[in-house]
Amino acid sequence: MQPFTTLTGNVAPLDRANVDTDQIIPKQFLKRIERTGFGQFLFFDWRFLPDGSPDPAFELNQPIRQGASILLARRNFGCGSSREHAPWALADYGFRSVIAPTFADIFFNNCFQNGMVPVKLDESDVEELFRRAAAAEAAGQAYRLTVDLQTCLVHDDGGFSRSFTVDPFRRHCLLEGLDNIGLSLKHVDQITAWENAHDLAPLQGGAT
Amino acid sequence: MPAPRTLLDKIWDDHLVCSPDGEQPLIYIDRHLVHEVTSAQAFEGLRVAGRRVRRPEATFATPDHNIPTTDRSLPIADPISKQQIDTLRANCREFGIRLFDLGDADQGIVHVIGPELGITQPGMTIVCGDSHTATHGALGALAFGIGTSEVEHVLAAQTLRQSKPKSFEVRVEGELYPGVTAKDLVLYIIGRLTTEGGAGYVIEYTGPCIRRLGMEERMTVCNMSIEAGARAGMIAPDRITFDYLRGRDLVPKDFDRAVARWETLPSDAGARYDRSETFSGGDVVPQVTWGTNPAQVVGVDATVPDPASMTDPSDRSSAARALEYMGLQAGTPIAAIPIDRVFIGSCTNSRIEDLRAAAGVVRGHQVASRVRAMVVPGSGRVKRQAEAEGLDRVFTAAGFEWREAGCSMCLGMNPDTLAPGERCASTSNRNFEGRQGKGGRTHLVSPAMAAAAAVTGHFTDIRQWRYH
Repeated sequence: MQPFTTLTGNVAPLDRANVDTDQIIPKQFLKRIERTGFGQFLFFDWRFLPDGSPDPAFELNQPIRQGASILLARRNFGCGSSREHAPWALADYGFRSVIAPTFADIFFNNCFQNGMVPVKLDESDVEELFRRAAAAEAAGQAYRLTVDLQTCLVHDDGGFSRSFTVDPFRRHCLLEGLDNIGLSLKHVDQITAWENAHDLAPLQGGAT
Repeated sequence: MPAPRTLLDKIWDDHLVCSPDGEQPLIYIDRHLVHEVTSAQAFEGLRVAGRRVRRPEATFATPDHNIPTTDRSLPIADPISKQQIDTLRANCREFGIRLFDLGDADQGIVHVIGPELGITQPGMTIVCGDSHTATHGALGALAFGIGTSEVEHVLAAQTLRQSKPKSFEVRVEGELYPGVTAKDLVLYIIGRLTTEGGAGYVIEYTGPCIRRLGMEERMTVCNMSIEAGARAGMIAPDRITFDYLRGRDLVPKDFDRAVARWETLPSDAGARYDRSETFSGGDVVPQVTWGTNPAQVVGVDATVPDPASMTDPSDRSSAARALEYMGLQAGTPIAAIPIDRVFIGSCTNSRIEDLRAAAGVVRGHQVASRVRAMVVPGSGRVKRQAEAEGLDRVFTAAGFEWREAGCSMCLGMNPDTLAPGERCASTSNRNFEGRQGKGGRTHLVSPAMAAAAAVTGHFTDIRQWRYH
């Protein structure tokens, strides 16, 4: 996995609550059997008009937001389906971090598996970030933020600085870019011991 | 004396493999269910890393999300869909995993066949790369959806990294009135908890109203826990659970011994939950969603709400956006909303009791001329049972299409989709924008309510239905 230490990048504000994974990556793109190449389909139904051209009204299509690497959204981001295609699409499009007041549990987990940092901030802090982003964009500039996983701080150059919390183990894995499965398999003796201590009777009905 | 424990505590304690310093705990996974859409990349990951499946007999696979529900003797028309199904077959063969394939008598929606075959049992930990895995909690299991990287982890290590979730007791007193179903109850609960009220929690549904529900009704309730943000929902096992499981294919040989073990699972008196809410079954009327998330729901006797009346700015903007997408005006009576399509199916409501309830409404009636309606049984077994009872003929005589088992129009990955602007009364679980087809408008309802809407062409209060 790609390590994540610190990220400074442009912010793309997406002023919507309850953004579900069906919107992040619609089902017609879940037929692929690879992990890559989903960025072109990110927010497909919002991003493109029926004729296939970009919808100029959609938030991420604003020219000033091109190349953004931090997505700013409202509460309950990533609700709905468990599809890991959602973080795959966000990462492939170029986002390495999502900031929101709350996240859906499965999406939140899936981010950590893909070198992305989901940052939970208080609703009032998120509101402040939306305000600062709007002010920067009104002045013709993209709003820039730094997400520092080493210090667990989100800050800009204009005096905004907030700490965020991450599970220490997940933080460690992200900082080092560790292989989660490899780490777990180091405990194989304990897994075997658990199996030996439990009655794993063969299944009935001719299961193989 | 040991402290009283909840059902969740007991299953968690029993499955904790280790909790190494500085790491998230590892919990053992008893059963792993796999389908075609979220597994290919996981198997590929195993191959790349040169890993094997640790316990192939603990994983079961079936194609369900991306398969046609029409004639199974025909090849799959979409080459990309076909490749995904073929990949699942090849992976199951390579790694020694039992597959209930297309054409197999026991194929079906993964959350329907798990309980049906006795794969799902009380006290187990069960995962699947699908958010509706919560369904299996109805039998007293801890069951939740995971992402594809976690699917790979479970295949390789038969465990998962998990921090212990918080516990949330949702207690339901009283009982449901006639015509009010488990679907109405869970939609009502989601409406009050909101779509994120259960985030971070495992919900345990308790109380006399829950105890009265049959096994399949309990599955409907637990299934939609994720729509309130809870990864898992569970109901303590009891006589209804054991009677449901007895004689199923994959249950323990010494069933009575297993029951004796399962009887120790229910939460102890005095066990503490991190949060509790109480509802009354008697307050629930048949529910219809009006918006684009399952918490945007009202009773069939209500009107479409006015966003302007909402105090929370985020709720207000979500509601305004939802009404625009749904093509609805605030103040419109729900019963005055005409529909174009009806979908009876999905892991929420495609079991035999759902089909019996819908057929009971339809019997002796005709589908309205403006409506196209379809029934998609949850599994091959459900389909055969329904046909043995003559339900298929009730549906087809009324003008419904009768299909093969699969997820179908719940998520519209296969050819079963809504056209832009079409309005559907659906027994599925998500009314998100575009869920059933780009521009499609989904209203979530119970099977009986969907059947009644098919006949009248608009939402109709099932409590006033004239049964033939």
